[in-house]
Amino acid sequence: MKKYNVMIFLMVVLVGMTFTSAALAEFPDKPLTYVICFNAGGESDITARIQQQPLEKVLGVPVVIVYKKGGGGAVGWSELLRAKPDGYTVYGTNLPHTIVQPMTRGNAGYETEKIDNIYMFEFTPDILAVSMDSEIKTVDDFVKYAKANPGVSVGGSGEPSANSLGCQAFGKLTDLNLTYISFTGSGAAVPALLGGHVKALMTYTSMASQYPDKIRALAVAADKRAKALPDVPTFKELGYEFVEGAYRGVAVPPGTPKEIKMKLEQAFEKVNYDPVVIKKMEDLGFIMEYYGEDSSKSLVTKLTDYYGKLMKDLGLLKK
Amino acid sequence: MLEAIAASFGHIFTVKVILMIIAGLFGGLMAGALPGLTATMAVALLVPFTFTMNPTEGLIVLGAIYMACIYGGSFSAILVNTPGTPSSIGTTFDGYPMAKRGEGERAILIATFSSAYGGIIGVIFLLFLAPPLASVALKFGPPEYFWMAVFGITIISSLASKNVLKGFIGGAIGLLISTIGIAPIGGDVRFTAGFPQFQGGIELIVALIGFFCIPEALTMISNRTQKFHLTEAEHTGGIVLKTFLEVMKRQGNLLRSSILGTIVGILPGAGGSVANLVAYNEALRVSKTPEKFGTGTPDGIIATESSNNAVVGGGMIPLVTLGIPGAPPDAILYGVLLLHGLRPGPELFTTHSEVVYTFIMSLFVATILMIPVGIFSGRLLHRTVVRLPIRFLAPIIFFLTIIGSYSIRNNVMDVYIMLTLGVIGYILKRLDFHPGPITLGLILGPIGEMGFVQALLMGQVLPNKWMIFFIHPLSWVLIIMSLLSLGWPLLMKRFSKRWKIKEMTIDES
Repeated sequence: MKKYNVMIFLMVVLVGMTFTSAALAEFPDKPLTYVICFNAGGESDITARIQQQPLEKVLGVPVVIVYKKGGGGAVGWSELLRAKPDGYTVYGTNLPHTIVQPMTRGNAGYETEKIDNIYMFEFTPDILAVSMDSEIKTVDDFVKYAKANPGVSVGGSGEPSANSLGCQAFGKLTDLNLTYISFTGSGAAVPALLGGHVKALMTYTSMASQYPDKIRALAVAADKRAKALPDVPTFKELGYEFVEGAYRGVAVPPGTPKEIKMKLEQAFEKVNYDPVVIKKMEDLGFIMEYYGEDSSKSLVTKLTDYYGKLMKDLGLLKK
Repeated sequence: MLEAIAASFGHIFTVKVILMIIAGLFGGLMAGALPGLTATMAVALLVPFTFTMNPTEGLIVLGAIYMACIYGGSFSAILVNTPGTPSSIGTTFDGYPMAKRGEGERAILIATFSSAYGGIIGVIFLLFLAPPLASVALKFGPPEYFWMAVFGITIISSLASKNVLKGFIGGAIGLLISTIGIAPIGGDVRFTAGFPQFQGGIELIVALIGFFCIPEALTMISNRTQKFHLTEAEHTGGIVLKTFLEVMKRQGNLLRSSILGTIVGILPGAGGSVANLVAYNEALRVSKTPEKFGTGTPDGIIATESSNNAVVGGGMIPLVTLGIPGAPPDAILYGVLLLHGLRPGPELFTTHSEVVYTFIMSLFVATILMIPVGIFSGRLLHRTVVRLPIRFLAPIIFFLTIIGSYSIRNNVMDVYIMLTLGVIGYILKRLDFHPGPITLGLILGPIGEMGFVQALLMGQVLPNKWMIFFIHPLSWVLIIMSLLSLGWPLLMKRFSKRWKIKEMTIDES
């Protein structure tokens, strides 16, 4: 009897070991779900679609993109906290969204720190843009115009967002009275600009590269010029200390095993160095970034600090 | 352009492409007929499959799916009183009463021919008048969107002409439901009762399923002792040709609805959901027999189904010329174009003219092929639904409502919301509130609210910010249209005798 027991025990241990090690070695062995917390066809969707095929090649399993939209992403991100932490579900995340939503809403359904970003792959800086036929040609022109016409309307995507906060921060910096008008997406604000319903846009670089013959970007709110817009100066070059924009990354549910997170981090990094991915992203005005899990964490900490102060200054903190 | 069109035929008329279109049509019809799977969702789901194709083929398949999906929504609207997509809300008003009378097959055929007609008109506009029409998309600013929503709300006065007060109360309920969630402007959290899931608000599709489908299924069950089948199938010879001629006789309605659909399609932010109700309203208004609307008149189906398929071509007008998606599914097509390195805009027509014209011409072909494919599937579905005893049909419908409401946002919460709204809808229906006005309020609430707040912000530079609503000529057009639409039923009642004489001279149909 005893012998049998030992044998069974050993077998269980052996089988168990092979299973666990197999599970780790073979992750992933079933399709990966990539959740987009916004509309299909939006920019988060487009960036994910660019990654989809190369990611399938790197991971060796199908990658399925699904949409859980609502609340400016908050509905999806609050579900992320409760999703199964097995690494088979990753969520697209956006900064500063996951930082400012919990600051301004009583209960956004998640806390900034709980969003475990394993990789941040791109940065989309704000641009100040006008219509191609506008008399405004430079940032100085715009400042002059806005001084003469207080309350000038500036459209952008969402509120609070990198656009709305950027508009307000820029207004504060230059002591201008700007009226920010929020639209339901970067694309939705474009017809309002072209139709003359708003004077300018505080939008993203991607819009300038998607509408090159219709939108004139005056300046980019980044440390260096965007590759897709080589002729557009940065605000810093023009003497305005103004950097603002949105980051995109991917996060896994809290409690996902370290090994699996590392595998995913490496996979996304590998995809991010794929020349086809780089070309497609840069053509659309996105700037490649390579923040792994740890550097993403420090980025979030840094930005939480920055937005906390900014929103306090602007009187937007509700918590 | 003509050479490009001629060349495009070479690309389309290959066995492979035609088979792809037919497959796309079947897929689209299925997605459209299932409440919960909208055209936007169906197109988005199929995007990954187009990665393996070249851009032209990918667009062709997606275009066929889109076209068929909008049409397929009429099947469930007619057979089970539930719009398969928001574009077919108005089709329930007359389609279902027809089906109840045993004329389901005829209703489906009317929808088929009207859809094809509307689809073709929309594509003709896209092909020949895209650049001048695209500017309409830009003329509409926030004040115009606000007035458009007001105009939309006034449709209730003719939708619910029997009880205008109940109609407007229903509309107000819809408007209130639409305010749940994060405010579209400003980002305030409203009426979420502390549930983070409510931040996304009540999804239109979820409400549609709840308000239309559940009460219908419950009514079916409560009547099961008297009726074991939904409707008796009626067999008449030569019904296809007869219905075709019947539909084609109503050129006035067909053309008006198709043009309305095209225009609404051009406007970003509006789409088939608005177009079909506007077209229904206009058809009712000019009709000699407005009292027949809502009781199963072919004119109602013709108006809604031709207008919503015209949205397909209309929505692509600003898409291909300006890179601005007209209707929601166009946003997905825009993404597909970008992913393939094709940037929509004027240069698309010059540098990639072959792709564009092949795509547009394929929409023609798809619309024509939709007729046989639609008749085949529509009849099949009709026969199945009609022959299925209610004890099987009702559970299947319930099952589909759950799948449908879950799949729209992959969220279980939506299933609970749908069931709750379903019970509310059943009670409201018993109290004689029609789901039409409620969903109209839900559709127009966000459009109106956004237009209102954005316009007020725009108006801050004016001496009085409220002036913004009255300084554009286009606003006045919409204001006058709203007043007319609101007052029409009253006018009709007062001058009904005088009108009848006048209308005799205007032969509309």
